[in-house]
Amino acid sequence: MNVLVILIPVSVTLGLAGLGAFVWSLRARQYEDPEGSRARILDDRWDDEPRP
Amino acid sequence: MTAACPACVELPPSATVPVPARADLVLHLPDIHCAACIASVERTLGAEPGVREARVNLSLRRVFVSAAGVEPEALIDALAAAGHRAQRLDAAPARDTGSRDLLMRMGVAGFAMMNVMLLSVAVWSGAAEATAHLFHLISAAIALPAVAFSGRPFFASALSALRAGRLNMDVPISLAILLAAGVSFFGALVGAERPGWFDAALALTFFLLIGRYLDHAGRRAARSAAADLAALEAPQAIRLEGQGERVVRAADLAAGDLIRVRPGDRLPADGVVEAGASDLDRAALTGETQPCAVAPGGAVAAGEVNLSGPLTVRVTHAGRDTSLARLAEMVATAESQRSRHSGLADRAAAIYAPLVHILGAAAFIAWFWATRDGMRSLDVAISVLVITCPCALGLAVPAVSTVTTARLFRQGLLVKSRTALERLAEVDMVVFDKTGTLTTGEARLRDPADLEALALAAGLARGSAHPYSRAICAAAAEEGVTPAALEEVTEIPGSGVEGLWQGARVRLGRPAWLGLSGEGVALSHGAGAPALFTFEETLRPEAAEAVAAIRASGRDVALLSGDAPAAVARVAEALGIEAAEAGFSPQDKADWLSARAAEGRRTLMVGDGLNDTGALTVAHASLAPASALDAARSAADVVLLSGRLDRIAPMLATARGATARMRQNIALAGAYNIVAVPLALVGLATPFLAALAMSASSVTVSLNAIRGGR
Repeated sequence: MNVLVILIPVSVTLGLAGLGAFVWSLRARQYEDPEGSRARILDDRWDDEPRP
Repeated sequence: MTAACPACVELPPSATVPVPARADLVLHLPDIHCAACIASVERTLGAEPGVREARVNLSLRRVFVSAAGVEPEALIDALAAAGHRAQRLDAAPARDTGSRDLLMRMGVAGFAMMNVMLLSVAVWSGAAEATAHLFHLISAAIALPAVAFSGRPFFASALSALRAGRLNMDVPISLAILLAAGVSFFGALVGAERPGWFDAALALTFFLLIGRYLDHAGRRAARSAAADLAALEAPQAIRLEGQGERVVRAADLAAGDLIRVRPGDRLPADGVVEAGASDLDRAALTGETQPCAVAPGGAVAAGEVNLSGPLTVRVTHAGRDTSLARLAEMVATAESQRSRHSGLADRAAAIYAPLVHILGAAAFIAWFWATRDGMRSLDVAISVLVITCPCALGLAVPAVSTVTTARLFRQGLLVKSRTALERLAEVDMVVFDKTGTLTTGEARLRDPADLEALALAAGLARGSAHPYSRAICAAAAEEGVTPAALEEVTEIPGSGVEGLWQGARVRLGRPAWLGLSGEGVALSHGAGAPALFTFEETLRPEAAEAVAAIRASGRDVALLSGDAPAAVARVAEALGIEAAEAGFSPQDKADWLSARAAEGRRTLMVGDGLNDTGALTVAHASLAPASALDAARSAADVVLLSGRLDRIAPMLATARGATARMRQNIALAGAYNIVAVPLALVGLATPFLAALAMSASSVTVSLNAIRGGR
């Protein structure tokens, strides 16, 4: 059972990483315009020069 | 200068500005729908001088512009040139942080629930002693902060309810969450062998937050659509100032200002006519279709439409003081005082909340009396609370109403009220207003027999914007009559039109002007008695079909109007409506509906004018077309965005289906309880069983809501 000493921190860290990614996506306003995001994939304005 | 990537060098300087944190200007774009629209709008606005950044939100159909010293009119014109309709939205609305906040809490609860659940699986499958103890402590470390953060909306609502001495659904929810987390924490500290309730507390929070979020998102969508509608006709006024005219917002007018009202404009304020003569369309206020004449010294009211001649009006009441605004306000107050229909969810909660408390307390007392073991009794009480907790109940109604209102919105119906669906489902009588609802409000010439007179009248009417003139021209075109060629045609506002025909003076205008009595328009052509034209209203093309569909669904149809009996009878006959009442004042309409309510009828009022707002609030449910007056729209539960009446019957059917689905969901949630509560009461409910029941019921209820929801 000693493996738990490693595995539990690993699993909690992974979970926290997921939570961090969610918080980041929320802060980056990725849930404010779901329809727009769906349409913007087809937008070719920034293909050659990525939008900063 | 060298750069690794050539594209970076070519980046326009404006592109380095980050997404605006706060938009200076918000425009509503009702017509955008695809990626090309987004690109075109953003490119057009980006090319305007002074615009730093424009970002389209397709879900809200709005563009947020960050700009300095730019007039919105310039941007709207630029967009119009690019082929996009745009309206300014009143001052950038405060960004809605509520849904983001709920999403965040939901994310935290979901994360914590899944992690704790993993740890619990180990405990359920037999981990013991030191391992179990360690797992409990780790679970506590994850769960306690998560519960404290995610459960805040429930705790806050429960606290405010308790302060007011009431019980709402959040009280048992908070109690269950707090007790489960607290007791499990105590168990973890002393190293109890029993599995904890952390996962149950978190799952409860998580599922309830989903329901709360759906509810919130639905209401937010309705609010923003209502704001867009209001912006469609942001009232403006032309104020006469020392050096000329200026367009100002109607709200900025003050008593004493002089304003100019062009033909076709809606009056922005109450006042007295200083100069000019014209006809006014008062249909929105009174329901009457006959235009009435005004001359200098005459009183005019906000909401009336100027028809024939330009008017200069001295403002007596503006903004919130106009009779229109005061009436609308009275309606709003009456509405808020009226005891609102309590929704299915509220009614279920009212029965449920005390029951949960009583069951929990009874379980504790009975177990304590039987075993004298405080911890064990508390454990049973918690299991009862957690299992009975209305997780599925919290999802049952919002999930169905979210799915249904989204479907109705795609069909052009905006559901504004939370309980509207349930009330619509109960409707057994649909009551229509006439003017502007069943009819288009436009006049149509009745049997144009004398074609020669019609040609002459059409020649005179050609230059006028009066609805009767337009009706005469339309009739002439329909009959294939060429309008007579006339000279010196002049419009005499308030009276009619005159001109020269083959050297003779001919006049077309109100009958009284030409020495006749009666309704309609008279034509005098020198020789002989003046000819009289009479008019009828144009029915909406789909009105007959819509009425027939409502009757076919087994509901009664009635017609209430403020107009003259003859006009009402014609419309009623054309549509086959037997219950038609004419000459009703706004109060009469409301009284008539109250009388029906006393008879036990559930009415749906469909109306668009200010004279309907009273009726709209009294009726069991109410609907207003998008063309309705602002006051009528705000009083109505549902706004018919497409303006098509034939959507009403399917809407009622959809509402009935949705309500049946809600009841099903409540029953499903109840069924889980019927199985699980006895187990909990006898102390057999383990945290594992609780988690299983809770998740299974929530998922079933959600799936049932989406079923067939296209």
